[in-house]
Amino acid sequence: MSAGGGAIAPVVPTVFAALFDLSDPARYLHWHFFQMSVANVVVILLMIAVFVAAILIPFPKRERTP
Amino acid sequence: MNEEKGAPVSAAERQMWTTWVRERAVRSLPPEKLLPDRQPAYVSSWIYVFGVATIAALIVIVVSGMVLGLKGPTWWHISSLGRFFNSIHLWAVELFFFAMVVHLWGKFFMAAWRGGRARTWVTGAIAFLVAIGAAFTGYLSQQNFDSQWIASEGKDGLNSVGIGAFFNVANFGQMYTFHVILLPVVVVALVVWHVLLVRRHGVVPPYPARVKAAAASPPAAGEGGLS
Repeated sequence: MSAGGGAIAPVVPTVFAALFDLSDPARYLHWHFFQMSVANVVVILLMIAVFVAAILIPFPKRERTP
Repeated sequence: MNEEKGAPVSAAERQMWTTWVRERAVRSLPPEKLLPDRQPAYVSSWIYVFGVATIAALIVIVVSGMVLGLKGPTWWHISSLGRFFNSIHLWAVELFFFAMVVHLWGKFFMAAWRGGRARTWVTGAIAFLVAIGAAFTGYLSQQNFDSQWIASEGKDGLNSVGIGAFFNVANFGQMYTFHVILLPVVVVALVVWHVLLVRRHGVVPPYPARVKAAAASPPAAGEGGLS
């Protein structure tokens, strides 16, 4: 990510680089036959969370004109 | 052609293939079904938004892919704007599959193939499978070490199932053609067919509620009330 102008701009790529290190090999979860990258596990858990939330959270009602 | 609305079609006009196609299209998908202004009350749920979210992501994928295809690999690897569009393309694909999987789960658990909607389910499932191929050929078209690694790892798997001669992941030209023309056309065509089938048969209603009281009236077999 290229840094733009301003003093605060280089902070953003630094923070993201600390959170998501794309230079090193991916981390894997391994338990018996189960082996999956942490990134894929996170995405699957997010999909399950969004699926449950989509069922439970009420849909906003729209005001209807007569 | 008979220009007057509502006028009977003559025998000569009925022999024209355009008349046959028009009448069949209007009969199977009349305008009020093709572009409805009301939906059943049960559609007021967040679980019903993931289909259209998938289509929105697909539009972003196609548009950003067109820009990438016009500008070429050097642009999307070297320039900041090119890398921006490359990232837009990638993250739109991530959202596309994310929304499509949630849509798939929602439709699976409500058995969306009920009520004569089997073709709607099947076209959606095939679109999902073809989209996986489109994404795979996209990884192979990156023009970097990642695409070389995926090609070298993938070729043995495809050879082992006997399709390596027809689908050669080490052939960039073939994979690029699959990615920018053949598979996108198939995915978009299947999505259009899928949406037209949803329009024709309507959104699948929820399971009828279990009524314990013997005196209660049986659940309605229709589509439910209108919102």
